[in-house]
Amino acid sequence: MTLPKDKTEYRGVWVFLEARRGRLRDVSRQLLGVARGLAQTRGSDVSGVLPSWNVEPLAREAIEFGADRVYLVEDPRLETYTSRPYAKVMATLIGKHKPEIVLFGASKNGRDLGGRLHAMIETGLAADCVKLEIDADGNLDMIRPSFGEKSLAHILCKQHRQQMASARPNVFPIPPRDPARKGEVVREPVEITDADLDAKVVSFEERRGHKGNPIEDAKILVAGGFGLRDPKNFRLLEDLAKELGGAVAASRKAVDAGWVPKDYQVGQTGRTVRPRVYIAVGISGAVQHLAGMQESEKIVAINLDHNAPMFEICDYGLVGDLFQVVPEMTRQLAERKARRPVPVAAR
Amino acid sequence: MAPGPRSIVCIKQVPKAQELQVDPVTNTLKRVGVPSEINPPDRNALEMALQVKDQFGGEVFVLTMGPPVFTSALEEALAMGCDRAFLLTDRILGGSDTVPTAHSLSETIHKIGGYQLIFCGEETTDASTGHVGPGIAGHLDCAQITYCSEVQFLGNRVRGKRSVEDGFETWECPLPCVITANFLSNRPRPPSLSGKIRVKRGGLITTWSCADVGIDPGKVGIRNSPTIVAKVDTVVLPDRKAKIFRGEPKAAVTALLDAMAADGVLSR
Amino acid sequence: MEKFEAIVVGAGPAGSAAAYGLAKAGVKTLLVERGKAPGQKAMFGGRIYSFPLHAMIPDFAKDCPIERYVTRENMAFLSDDTALSVTFDAPKLGTGAAASFTAYRAKFDAWLAKKAEEAGAMLITGIRVDKVHRQGGKVAGVATNGDVVLADVVIAADGALSQLARSAGLRGDPSPEEYSVGVKETVELPQKVLEERFNLDEKEGAAYVFAGAASASLRGGGFLYTNKATLSLGLVVSSEDLAVTRTEIGTVMDRFRRHPAIARLTKGGKVLEWSAHLVPELGRAMSPRTYDDGFLLAGDAAGFLLNVGYTFRGVDLAIASGMAAAEAITRARTAGGYSAGNLAVYERLLKERQVTTDLETFAQAPFYLKNPRLFSVYPKLLNEIAEKVYTIDGTGQRKLSEVARAEAKAAKVSPVRMLLDLLGGARAM
Ligand SMILES: Cc1cc2nc3c(=O)[nH]c(=O)nc-3n(C[C@H](O)[C@H](O)[C@H](O)COP(=O)(O)OP(=O)(O)OC[C@H]3O[C@@H](n4cnc5c(N)ncnc54)[C@H](O)[C@@H]3O)c2cc1C
Ligand SMILES: Cc1cc2nc3c(=O)[nH]c(=O)nc-3n(C[C@H](O)[C@H](O)[C@H](O)COP(=O)(O)OP(=O)(O)OC[C@H]3O[C@@H](n4cnc5c(N)ncnc54)[C@H](O)[C@@H]3O)c2cc1C
Ligand SMILES: Nc1ncnc2c1ncn2[C@@H]1O[C@H](COP(=O)(O)O)[C@@H](O)[C@H]1O
Repeated sequence: MTLPKDKTEYRGVWVFLEARRGRLRDVSRQLLGVARGLAQTRGSDVSGVLPSWNVEPLAREAIEFGADRVYLVEDPRLETYTSRPYAKVMATLIGKHKPEIVLFGASKNGRDLGGRLHAMIETGLAADCVKLEIDADGNLDMIRPSFGEKSLAHILCKQHRQQMASARPNVFPIPPRDPARKGEVVREPVEITDADLDAKVVSFEERRGHKGNPIEDAKILVAGGFGLRDPKNFRLLEDLAKELGGAVAASRKAVDAGWVPKDYQVGQTGRTVRPRVYIAVGISGAVQHLAGMQESEKIVAINLDHNAPMFEICDYGLVGDLFQVVPEMTRQLAERKARRPVPVAAR
Repeated sequence: MAPGPRSIVCIKQVPKAQELQVDPVTNTLKRVGVPSEINPPDRNALEMALQVKDQFGGEVFVLTMGPPVFTSALEEALAMGCDRAFLLTDRILGGSDTVPTAHSLSETIHKIGGYQLIFCGEETTDASTGHVGPGIAGHLDCAQITYCSEVQFLGNRVRGKRSVEDGFETWECPLPCVITANFLSNRPRPPSLSGKIRVKRGGLITTWSCADVGIDPGKVGIRNSPTIVAKVDTVVLPDRKAKIFRGEPKAAVTALLDAMAADGVLSR
Repeated sequence: MEKFEAIVVGAGPAGSAAAYGLAKAGVKTLLVERGKAPGQKAMFGGRIYSFPLHAMIPDFAKDCPIERYVTRENMAFLSDDTALSVTFDAPKLGTGAAASFTAYRAKFDAWLAKKAEEAGAMLITGIRVDKVHRQGGKVAGVATNGDVVLADVVIAADGALSQLARSAGLRGDPSPEEYSVGVKETVELPQKVLEERFNLDEKEGAAYVFAGAASASLRGGGFLYTNKATLSLGLVVSSEDLAVTRTEIGTVMDRFRRHPAIARLTKGGKVLEWSAHLVPELGRAMSPRTYDDGFLLAGDAAGFLLNVGYTFRGVDLAIASGMAAAEAITRARTAGGYSAGNLAVYERLLKERQVTTDLETFAQAPFYLKNPRLFSVYPKLLNEIAEKVYTIDGTGQRKLSEVARAEAKAAKVSPVRMLLDLLGGARAM
C-alpha cells in the first residue's frame, strides 16, 4: 500500500451523487449539506461526481443544494447503476483530482460501489456513519454505531488518503435549496469499454407500496413484527393506528416475508423514526430493529414472550397474545373517546 | 449439462448481538464469554450456495479468516453440507479492517482456485460494513451482485435478484462472480446428522497461515489497515422504568391504557 | 450414505451405557443426542444408586462427578404446618456396591457419554432424531429431517416420551395418567452452612422424601438431596391430578417451598435454576414390548423406572438396561443377526441384571401409589395423631390407640379401609 508523502496534496470534499430513475437520491442531497460543513472547516470546497446519462439538470440541482462543482460523466452505458463501470469512473476521477474526502450514501448502490472501490484504491471506508466531523488534527472523524447501536465508534483514517465514508440515509437533514447558487459543471470523459460492462440489469420490478415518508412523519406508530403471522393480520394494527391517529410500521422480518412494503421498515437497514409513541406488536426487539426506534419518546411493547428484549427498553409493556390484546385496545380506546367530554374551548 | 460450479462461501463467526451487554462499571461492551454464532446473513449465503449445488451439482467450499476458534463455524457449515473448509489463521492478521480482510480472502480464494461463484453475507453483525464482499470482487477484478435474494446458475453466467430500496433488479453477470446474500432471503438448513458425522471423521478442514497462501505481511493486520477505531462511546439509553402489565387481556389493556392516560401519553 | 452397526438415540444414562457396552465389544456405534451436550436437557431428583456402575466400570468412582454419598435417609409426612419424620442413619449406606450418591446430571451424563466415546463410540450432539428408518419392514437406521443414517440395529434410549419407540410402533401416544410431572430447583448454600445444617461430614449426604402436603395432597411427593454446596429440591406430582384439579405445578412447588419444614432446610439459599420434566409412572405397563427386528428400548423409553414412594430409581435401571441392551446385541451378532428372535435374549438379560425383577417385585406399586388417601388423608392423620400425642397441655393425656381411632373417625376413614390400604401397600412393597 502506498501512503501519501504529503497529505496536503489532497483537497476537497467529494460526494458521490446517485441518480436513481431521473432523480437525485435524498441521501445525496443530505450529503451535500454535510460536505459543505466539512469543506468549510477544511477551507476547501465541495464537488459532486455524477455518473449517469442525460442528467445535466441533476448536476445543476446538486449545485443548488451545495456543490461548488459537479463532475458529470455521461454515457448511455452508465444510465443504470452497475458496479464495475461506476467504480472505474470513481477511481479514475479520484486518481486525477485527488480529493481529501469522499462521501457516499449508505444506500444499496452506495455500499456496493464504496466496497468495491476502497479495495481497488486501497484506502479506508467507514460504513453507515451517523455523524461526520473534522477532529483537532484535521482528520475526518467518522462516527458510526457499532454492535447493534450499543455503542458509537469514532473511526479515523489518518495515514491514507482518501478518507471515505458512507452515511446512513435520513440521518442528516436535506440542506435548503438555493436556486441562485453558482457552481461549475465539468464534463469528464471516462472511457467505458465493453470490458467494463460485466453486469447487465435485465429487469426491474418495482416494489408495491407508497410514496413519501409517512412513517417518519407519524406522531404515533403501531409497528408489527413476525408475531403477526400473516399479512392480513396487519388489519388489526391499521385499526389500532386509526383509532390513535397514527400510522403502521414493521420489522424487517415482516417486510422480508413480503407482508409489508419496504418503506415501512424500521431499523438499521430501514428507517429511523422518533415518534411520540411507538407501539411494538409481536416484535422481539433485535438490536437492528431497536436501531431505528430506540429514540421514540414512549415505547409500548406487546409480546407473548415476557423475555422478549423489547420489554427491556419499553416504557409500557403488555405480556399477552396480540390477537386478543390489540383488538381489545382498539375497542377500549374507541370507548374512551366516546366517553370523553367535549373539551371546553376556554380552557 | 455442464458440471455444476465450485462455490466458495466466506463466513465469519460473530458474537451474538443480543447477548452483548454494556458493562455498567467500565461502560464498555463486555465481549468475553459472549456466545458466538455464524454471522446470520452468512447462513443465508451458505444456503444459497448449497441450493445451487442441490440443483446443478458442483461443490461448495467454505472459507473463514480468523482465530482457530472460528473452526466451530466451519464445522457447522460443513455439517450443513459444504464439501470442504478453509481456515486462514495467522497472528499477523489481527486487527485487519475491511481492506486487508478483502485482500487476504481474495488471495486465499485465488489459491483455492477453480471457483465460479463466491458468496458472502450482506454484512456482518459485528462490523456491519458489507464492504468485504464487494472488496473481494474489487481485488479479484470480477463481477459482483450484492443484496441478492435469489440466484440462478446459468452454466456460464449467473443471474441474481438484487433487492434495492424501491424494488428488485435482476442482474446477469459472467463468471466468476461475487454474490452477497440478503439476510432472511431463504431458510438456512440446519446441520444434518450425516453432516456432523462427516465432520467428526475429520480431514475436511484445511488450515493455512499467511505464508502458506503467500499473503504479503506488509498488506495485512492492524498496521496495514487504513482505518482505526479511535474511541468508542457507549450509548447509554435512558432507563425507561418499564411498567409491565400481564394477566387477563381485558383487564391488562385497561390497566395499560389507564397508566398511559395518567402519564399524559394518550392525550393529543 | 453413512452406515453404522448400531445407533443409540439419546445420550442419557441408558444410551451412554449401551454405547459404552457396544463400543467395548467392538461394535461400530453412533450415539446421537439432541442437546448441545449430554445432560444439558436432563433433570432428575439427584440420587443415583451405584450398583450398575460397579458392574460396568469397576473403578468408576475415580473420576465420576459424585457430589455426596447418601448416608442418611429421611422420610417425612407433612400436614399444612407440621411434619412427622423418620430418619435412618447409616454411614455404611455410603460404601460398597449398594452405595448411592448425589450428582448433577449435566456433569454425570457428560462423564458417562465421555466414557462411551473413549471406548470408541462416536458421539454426535445437537441432532434430534425424528424417527426410525425402515427398510423392508425392518428398522434399518434413523431419519432426521429426511437425512437417513443406516444401522443394523437401533437402540431407543430417548427418555420418557420416546418419540422413537412411538415411531417404531412399540408404544402408543402418551396420555396424562401414564405420567407424573417433576419439578426441581437447585438451591445454593455455602458448603459449611449446608454441612452444619444437615449435620454431615465432607463426603456425606442426606436424602429426604416428603409425602402429604408436599404435593398439595395430590398423588406424588417431594424430595430433597444434598450436593456439595447446593440442595436439589423438588416434587413429582400426578399430571392427571393436576389436570383434574386445574392446579399449576408451580403453585404446588411454591407452597412446598414455603412449608416450615422445608423453609428451615433451605433458609438463606439462593435458587440457581429451575426445571421440569415428565416421569413415566406405569413402569413396564407403558411399553409391553422392549425389542423388535433391529430395535431395542432402554431406560425410561422402555418405562424402566421405579417410584415406590421412599425411593426413586431411574438412572440405575437406565444404566443396567443400557448394558443389557448392549449385551443382547453382541449376542445377537454372534447368533447371526439382529432379528427379533435373536434379540429376545434382551428380556433374560434384563432379569439377570435385576432390572425387570425389581420392576416386577414392585409391579403393583404404581397402582398402589395411585390411591389418593395415601397422599391426602394419611399424612394429615399421622400429623394430627402426633400432635395430640406430643401436646402436653395439662388437659389429660390419652392412649395412642385411642387417639388414633378418634382421629381416623374424624378424618372419615373407616378402620377397615385403613387396614386394607396398609395391607395393599405392604403387599405392593
Ligand atoms: C444486517 C442486518 C440488518 C438488519 N436490519 C433490520 C432492520 O432494519 N429492521 C429490523 O426490524 N430488523 C433488522 N434485522 C433483523 C433483526 O435481526 C431481527 O431478525 C428482526 O428484527 C426480527 O423481527 P421480528 O421481531 O418481527 O421477528 P421475531 O424475532 O421472530 O419476533 C417475533 C416476536 O413476536 C412474538 N409473538 C409471536 N406470536 C405472538 C402473539 N400471538 N402475540 C404477541 N407476540 C407474539 C414473539 O414472542 C417474538 O418476540 C437485521 C438483521 C441483520 C443481520
Ligand atoms: C423430577 C424427577 C426426579 C427424578 N429423580 C431421580 C432420582 O433421584 N434418582 C434416579 O435414579 N432417577 C430419578 N429420576 C428418573 C431418571 O431421571 C430417569 O429414569 C433417567 O434419566 C432415565 O434415563 P434415560 O437414559 O432412559 O433417559 P433420559 O435421562 O431422559 O435421557 C434421554 C436422552 O435422550 C435425549 N433425546 C430425547 N429424544 C431424543 C431424540 N429424538 N433424538 C436424540 N436425542 C434425544 C435427551 O436429550 C436425553 O439426553 C427422576 C426423574 C424426574 C423427572
Ligand atoms: N473474517 C472473515 N472471514 C470470512 N469472511 C468474512 C470475514 N469478514 C467478512 N466476511 C464476509 O464478508 C461479508 C461482509 O462482512 P462485513 O464487510 O464485515 O460486513 C460477511 O457476511 C462475510 O461473508
